[in-house]
Amino acid sequence: MEEKKMKIRGFLARFFRNHELRDDDDIFALGFVNSLLALQLVNFLQKEFAITIEDEDLDFENFRTLNNMGALLERKAANVAALA
Amino acid sequence: MTGGRLPDLFLGRNAMEFTHVGVVGAGVMGVGVAQNLAETGHQVILVDIHEEQLKKARESVRSNIRMNAFFKKKTAAEKPDVILSRILFTTDIEQLRPSEFLIENVVEKPQVKEDVYRSIDPICKESCIFAANTSAISITRIASWTRRADRVLGMHFMNPVPLKPMVEVIRGFHTSENTLNKARLLLEEMGKEGIVVNDMPGFVSNRVLMLTVNEAIYLVQDQVASAEDVDRLFKTCFGHKMGPLETGDLIGLDTILYSLEVLYESYNDDKFRPCPLLKKMVYAGLHGRKNGRGFYSYEGEASFATAS
Repeated sequence: MEEKKMKIRGFLARFFRNHELRDDDDIFALGFVNSLLALQLVNFLQKEFAITIEDEDLDFENFRTLNNMGALLERKAANVAALA
Repeated sequence: MTGGRLPDLFLGRNAMEFTHVGVVGAGVMGVGVAQNLAETGHQVILVDIHEEQLKKARESVRSNIRMNAFFKKKTAAEKPDVILSRILFTTDIEQLRPSEFLIENVVEKPQVKEDVYRSIDPICKESCIFAANTSAISITRIASWTRRADRVLGMHFMNPVPLKPMVEVIRGFHTSENTLNKARLLLEEMGKEGIVVNDMPGFVSNRVLMLTVNEAIYLVQDQVASAEDVDRLFKTCFGHKMGPLETGDLIGLDTILYSLEVLYESYNDDKFRPCPLLKKMVYAGLHGRKNGRGFYSYEGEASFATAS
């Protein structure tokens, strides 16, 4: 989980100028996120972690913090494992 | 009321004036127009010469609807598949026959547009109105490529189409009042408003905007400031939502170049001469958001300034 969060933090770093993103920072409240970033973030997560973000996953809560995104990825991985 | 996007039939109002709308050109603007029309309950015939472009168009619509719902913090009135089912994606212009209204959004090159109008004019119903979603080409000139000059007008949509409520409407020399009224009706059905201006290349928006973007590119070429700093100055000093270079990337640097060329040709005025850096970037394939790289990068990775 930590490695995944680090990758996400690395991706987001360029959008969050001069701000060290913490695991529980609300990225939407910080005011850097626009619709283009949201789209790029979703595309990045799908590509980097080989998952499909379904319509039901597109809830702000799932992307609000690094912790939440990590949890989303864990759930996705668990689903895939369960199906295997 | 869910933002006025539900088809009138659901709300018990009279049937729509335009059930079938043709959209020619599945680029950035064509896709947006098609999506908007489908969202407002219209049957859309989306035509492009490239099958590959149509595939990308379908994916764009699906993705846009999803992301809109997500980012606007509300559930879409309808699922992407329902909306998509209203769009016929085809390379066959014969399919445009049932169109009651047609919006043309092919590449900003007069010769290409002329070929399009000359081929659709004999196919479409006499009553069908042609709206040219052109950046800068004279509407009167476009009308001369058809036998329905009174039924031709300009409708310059803004990007992204589904989210922008205002459209620049252009009255060509022969455009009839009836045509303008029908256009207003369609815009209303699409959830939009129009401001009617007279026909002169570039109309209002692009005649000024292209100069701004072009000059901003000169700033980068002349190394006065980086692309990021130019944009940041505009955003923070003037309160603009996007700086001129971000705007260039959004519109498409190729489109910016072609629009400037049209303006240069139309006015024979040096002020419209395209910046050499702009030409170089377009030749190098840096077209902006549409293909992943312009002054910034959009590869789904982080955005960062890429121009020198």
